[in-house]
Amino acid sequence: MADQVYFEDVSEGDEIPNLKKNCSTQQLVLWAAGSGDFYQIHYDKDFAQSTGLKDIIVHGALKNAFLGQLLHDWAGAKGNVKKFGCDYRGMDDAKQDIDCRGVVTKKYQDGGENLVELDIWTENPDGKKTTPGTGLVALPARA
Amino acid sequence: MTQQAESVITDEMRAIIGKEGAATTLEVENGGCRMFARSVGHTDPIFYDEDAAKAAGHRGIVAPPGYLGTPVFNPSRGERSPAETAGSGYSIPYKRVLNGGTDYEYLDTVCAGDLLTARTKITDFAERTGSIGPMLITSRQTTFTNQDGKVVAKMQGRTIQY
Repeated sequence: MADQVYFEDVSEGDEIPNLKKNCSTQQLVLWAAGSGDFYQIHYDKDFAQSTGLKDIIVHGALKNAFLGQLLHDWAGAKGNVKKFGCDYRGMDDAKQDIDCRGVVTKKYQDGGENLVELDIWTENPDGKKTTPGTGLVALPARA
Repeated sequence: MTQQAESVITDEMRAIIGKEGAATTLEVENGGCRMFARSVGHTDPIFYDEDAAKAAGHRGIVAPPGYLGTPVFNPSRGERSPAETAGSGYSIPYKRVLNGGTDYEYLDTVCAGDLLTARTKITDFAERTGSIGPMLITSRQTTFTNQDGKVVAKMQGRTIQY
């Protein structure tokens, strides 16, 4: 985890540090257990192909959780992830790079909190945003 | 001449919008938090170690983002939780299902030891025609209340049937 980021350090348009993922089949099985989503298209190639897919695919909710990690790690110990989520627009294959990214779209104060809105997404090796979403993070202030 | 596909949204479906389904109980425990965090690849010790979580000011091991407990499995009810099936007592002509997306809103921190009650309602039905043909998009909201009666999180989910 990086050093604590403060509200004053953030500007609209800033890109936050990205998070690189690449899901092994073992990670997809771990996620099945961790999330309780045991749908076989995520770990059984024969089953996945019987539904018309060419291979197993990464769970949409796992990519969403990656975006949760992206924001949690950026917010640091004194920050707080208040909202995050995404649409599952494109499929990602296992054993392929997933780049989790975020850009600050708005910063403001409300109810005594220093709030930052972000566009967040996962990107496949072709540069396609497979899970576009948004986040809301509260950050500490230096002052 | 193109013809507008007939709507699959019925009065019976419209009547259930906003009506909460059966409550589900979800346990947030040390092992569940750790397993979820490990499967995502989290490195923050507050998701694994009780002392680290308490040193950071939390009541216990913190539930990682997107983890809102594990439903208490009931073998007589089968695989699917009421949250997944809320309001599904209607029939539509589409066979295939996709998860369209999920958004989480946290109103408080969820920690191991919490017992959450989830209640789900359908908030909207929408129809659209995309590359996969005509589809029905069902939006659901699940509200998570902790053992003290406080709403700690809300989840908005979108299911696509086509």
